[in-house]
Amino acid sequence: MEKNYEALYDIVVIGGGSAGLAAAISSYDSGIKNVLLLEKEAYLGGILNQCVHNGFGLHTFKEELTGPEYAERFIDELKKRDIEVRLEATVLEITKDKEIEYSDTLGYHKIKAKAIICACGCSERTRGQIRTPGDRCSGVMTAGLAQRYLNVEGYLVGKKVFILGSGDIGLIMARRMTLEGAKVLGVAELMPYSNGLNRNIVQCLNDFNIPLYLSHTVKRIIGKNRLEKIVICEVDDKLNFVPRTDKEFEVDTLLLSVGLIPYNPLLEKIGVAMHPKTRGPLVDSDYQTSIPGIFACGNGLHVHDLVDFVTNESKKVGECAAKYVLENGFDASKVLTVTPLNGIGYILPGKVYLKDEGTIKFNFRVNKPFKDVSIIAKLNGEEIKRTKKPYLLPAEMVEYILDMKLLKEGELTLEVSND
Amino acid sequence: MTKLICIVCPKGCHLEVDDNLNVTGNSCKRGEVYGKNEVTNPTRTITSTVILKNSCYTRLPVKTSLPVPKSMIFDVMAEINKIEVSAPVSCGDILLKNVLSTGSDIVACKSIK
Amino acid sequence: MYDIIIVGAGVNGCFIARTLAKYKLNILVIEKESDVGDGTSAANSAIVHSGYDPHTGTLKAELNVLGNKMYPEICKELDVSFKMNGSLTISTNEEEDKKLDELLALGKANGAEVRIVDRDELLKMEPFVTKKALRALYAPTAGIINPFELCVALMENAMDNGVSLHLNEKVLKVEKKDDFIVKTDKGEYSAKVVINCAGLYGDDVSNSLLDEKIKLVPRKGEYYLLDHFNEPYVTHTLFSVPSSKGKGVLVAPTTSGNYLVGPSSNFIDDKDDVSTNNEILTDVVKEAYRIVDNIPMQYVITEFAGLRAYHESNDFVINEKLKGFINVIGMQSPGLASAPATASKVASMVARDIELVEREDYNPIRRPYIRLKYKSNEEKNKMIKENPLFGKIICRCEEVSEGEIIDAIHRNCGATTVKGLKKRLRTGFGKCQGGFCQSLILKILARELNKDMKDITLKGEASYILLKETKGE
Repeated sequence: MEKNYEALYDIVVIGGGSAGLAAAISSYDSGIKNVLLLEKEAYLGGILNQCVHNGFGLHTFKEELTGPEYAERFIDELKKRDIEVRLEATVLEITKDKEIEYSDTLGYHKIKAKAIICACGCSERTRGQIRTPGDRCSGVMTAGLAQRYLNVEGYLVGKKVFILGSGDIGLIMARRMTLEGAKVLGVAELMPYSNGLNRNIVQCLNDFNIPLYLSHTVKRIIGKNRLEKIVICEVDDKLNFVPRTDKEFEVDTLLLSVGLIPYNPLLEKIGVAMHPKTRGPLVDSDYQTSIPGIFACGNGLHVHDLVDFVTNESKKVGECAAKYVLENGFDASKVLTVTPLNGIGYILPGKVYLKDEGTIKFNFRVNKPFKDVSIIAKLNGEEIKRTKKPYLLPAEMVEYILDMKLLKEGELTLEVSND
Repeated sequence: MTKLICIVCPKGCHLEVDDNLNVTGNSCKRGEVYGKNEVTNPTRTITSTVILKNSCYTRLPVKTSLPVPKSMIFDVMAEINKIEVSAPVSCGDILLKNVLSTGSDIVACKSIK
Repeated sequence: MYDIIIVGAGVNGCFIARTLAKYKLNILVIEKESDVGDGTSAANSAIVHSGYDPHTGTLKAELNVLGNKMYPEICKELDVSFKMNGSLTISTNEEEDKKLDELLALGKANGAEVRIVDRDELLKMEPFVTKKALRALYAPTAGIINPFELCVALMENAMDNGVSLHLNEKVLKVEKKDDFIVKTDKGEYSAKVVINCAGLYGDDVSNSLLDEKIKLVPRKGEYYLLDHFNEPYVTHTLFSVPSSKGKGVLVAPTTSGNYLVGPSSNFIDDKDDVSTNNEILTDVVKEAYRIVDNIPMQYVITEFAGLRAYHESNDFVINEKLKGFINVIGMQSPGLASAPATASKVASMVARDIELVEREDYNPIRRPYIRLKYKSNEEKNKMIKENPLFGKIICRCEEVSEGEIIDAIHRNCGATTVKGLKKRLRTGFGKCQGGFCQSLILKILARELNKDMKDITLKGEASYILLKETKGE
C-alpha cells in the first residue's frame, strides 16, 4: 500500500499541558522512543501558565508550587528525553486508523501513529450553556478567560466584580482581582453548598470579606454596551426563583465559574463513545477509548480537582499506551462492567479488563455532600468491600482502589450508604 | 471568640477559638494547631505577577518565598507592583529580598529566556 | 458634496449602496454602529423566504418573490454562503391543515413556487419532522443565507467600487436647503439624494425632515442557537402554521451548520433592548415542539434577540414624499429576502432624481474570503508555505487561522471589533464562545489596527473588554 503520510510515530500525544507532558514522559520511560507531542500554543504547560496561585504539587512533590513552577518541572523533565515537540501545532483531524492531520507554520501535515493519547483539556461552561438571560453586553466572561487576561497579558477586566459559581477558578479569581485593585462584591452559588475547596473559600473569600450567596443565581444581566448591573435571586430546592429575594449589584464585570467540560471535538467527530456525565470519552481500565489505540487523560477525560491527580492518571495512561504499542493490544478476555448507584455521580473507568494480579484504581464523584457514610462495593450483587468515610463532597474526586483478586467477570456497583 | 473554617483537610470543621486559645469543633490535632495559629499569627503566601521587559511576555509570575503576615497582604502587593524585571530570568531568582522586613523574598516562578 | 447619502448600513443600506455603486456617483453611507449589519440584519432567522405568505398586492409580496430569485447569482458574485434548502410549513391538526390550503392559494397568487406534500412524502423529505405531521406546504426556492457575510460582502464590494463608509457616526437630522444637509454627531454633509435606511430609527430620521410624522415600533424576536453536531438533523427550514395556538416558529439549519429555534414575537418600547428572557424562550421551545419531536437542547450555545421595525401598515414603507428623500423603512420580515429587489426599486426611484451613468470599471465580483477549512490538504499546505500565518490556528472550534483573521481586518469594510471578526469568520462562535481564543483575537486586532489591547472593544462604543493594565497607578 502506498504510504500517504509524512511520518509514522509509535505514540502521538495531543496537548502539551499537565496531562500531555506527563503522558509523553511516561510513554518514553516505558520504552517508547518515537514519541511526538503536539501543542497548539507557542509554549508548553497549558493552563498551568495562567494559574499563578499556589497549591500545586503537594502530592507529587510534597511542596506547594505555583502553576508555572509545576509546569516548568515537567517541561524540564521532558527536555531531558528525546521526545519530539511541535509548538503552535493544532490537530484538526484524527481518524480511526490513527492518522493525524495538523497545521503549523511550516505546513499542513498528515502523520500516522500506532497509538494516540488525547490530552486536550477542557473548556469552561459559557453564559449560553447556563442560559443567563438579559442584555448582551461586554463584561460578562468566563473566569478562566479573565484569569488569562490578568495573569498572562497583564490586564484587569473590570473594577467592580461579581462572580457566578463557586468553582475554584472563580474563588481564585476573586482573590487575584482583589489583590490587583478590583472590588469583588460577592459570589453566588446555585447549589446550597460550595463547589470549591474549603481552603479557597477561606483564603480567597473570607480573608477579603467577600460574601458567598449559597442557593442564589444571576437572574438578569443589565447593560447596553458594558455591564452595568446584575440582579441575583434566591432559588428553592427545585432551583426555581424565590419571589421577593432579588438583590441588585452595580458591577462592570460578571465572571462565570460554572463548570468545566472536557473538550473533545476530535474524538466526537470520529464517533468515540462519550460518557453522559463526565462529557469525556468512555474509557476502560487501560484508559483506552471505544477506538482501540486511542487513549485519553487529564481534564479532557474528566475534570479533576487537583493537577497532581491529572499527573498520576496521565502517567498511567502513558504506560498503558506504551504497553499497547509494545504488545500489540491488551488481554480483553475477562471483562467487568462498573455501575454507579445511590449517591455516586460517575465512576471511571466504566469497564475493567481483569488481570490476575495488582490493583485497579477508580475515580468517582458523589452527587451531593455526605457525612459519616460508607462506600459499598458489590460484585454481581454481593458486597465485597465496605469503606467508612467521615465526609464526601461533590467538589472532591475520590480515589478508590480495589485488589484484582477480589474481582471476577460480571458487574461491579458502587454506592453510598448511610449504614 | 473567633469562628473559623478549618482548611487542614477537605472536611472543613467549624472551629471556635476562645480568648484563652482553646479550640473546639475540631476533629483532629492538626485542626487545633491551625485554629491557634489562625488567631495568633495568620500568614499567607502571596502570588502575583510583575512587569517583564525584553520578552514576548509582558508579565512574570512571582510569589513570596515564605508566607507573610495576613495583615500585610496589601502592603506586600504594593511592593510587588513596583518591581520590573528584564528577561532572561530563572525560576527561583530572587527579585526583591526580605520584602518589608518580613523575612520573605519575592521570587520568580517561571524561567524566561 | 455627495450625490447620495445613505443613512444606515443594515442589509438594505448595504444592498442599495452596492446597487448604486454601478453608476458614476459619489456615495456616502453613514452608520451609527461600529460595523455594518449590526442591528436587525444581524439577529434574524437568516431565511430567504420564498414569498408565499405576505398578502397579495403588498410591497412585501412583490419584493419578496422578486428578491428570492435574485439571491443565487448575487451570492455567487459576492462569495456569500447561501443554500436553497426549501421550506416546509407543517400542519398537525385540522385547523392548521385548512390554513395550509389558504397559504397555497396565497403563494400561487404571489407567484411563489409552492406545492402541498402529503405525509408520506414529507417524512421521506424530512425525517426529523414531527410524527404528528399531516401535510406540509413545500416551497423549494426558500433558502438560508449568512446575513453577516451578506452585509459585509455588499459593503466591501460597494467600497471596492468607490462608495465611502462612515462608521460610529450617528445622523441627528436631515434638512432641505438647495440640497439636503445631513447633520451627524461628527459633522455635516450635503447631498442631492438622501436614502433613509435607518432601521428602527428610520422614523426619527424621516420625522426630522418631513411634516408627515410616522412611528416605528420595535418587535422583538428571541432565538436559541445550537452548535453544529455530528448526528443528522433537519435539513429544510421548518415552519409551524400560524393558528389560534400561536403565531408560529421555525426550526432551521444555518449555512454554517448550526441550527436556529425561534423566534418569539413581542412588541416592546426600547429600540435598543436585545435582552433575552427565559420564560419567552421556554415558550419558543414549546412552540417548536409542534413541528419536531426532538430538539437537542444539550447543543445550545447561545440565545439572542433581534428587533424588527414594525409600521402600522404592516407593510414596507418605501416612498419619496419629498423629491430626493427616499424612505426605506418598516422593513420587517421578509425584509432580508426582499432586499435585492428593494435595492432595484430604490435605484429606479433615484434614476428619476439624478441621471445614472454606468461606470466602465464597475466590478461586481468580490475577492472571496480565504477559508482554509474548505480547501484540500494540498491547497492548505501550499497556502501555509506562502504565508506561515495560515498555519497558525487561532480559533480551534471553527478552525480559523491568524492569516485569515489578518485578511478579514485589512479588507475594505474590515473587522475592527471582536464581534466584527466573529461575524466575518466565526471566531468565537463555537463551543467555547471565545473562551480559548478571545485573548489571542484581541492581540491580533490590536496589532493590526495599531491600538492598545484595551482599546479593542466587543462591539464598539463603550463595550470595552479590558479596563486597564495591571501594575499601574
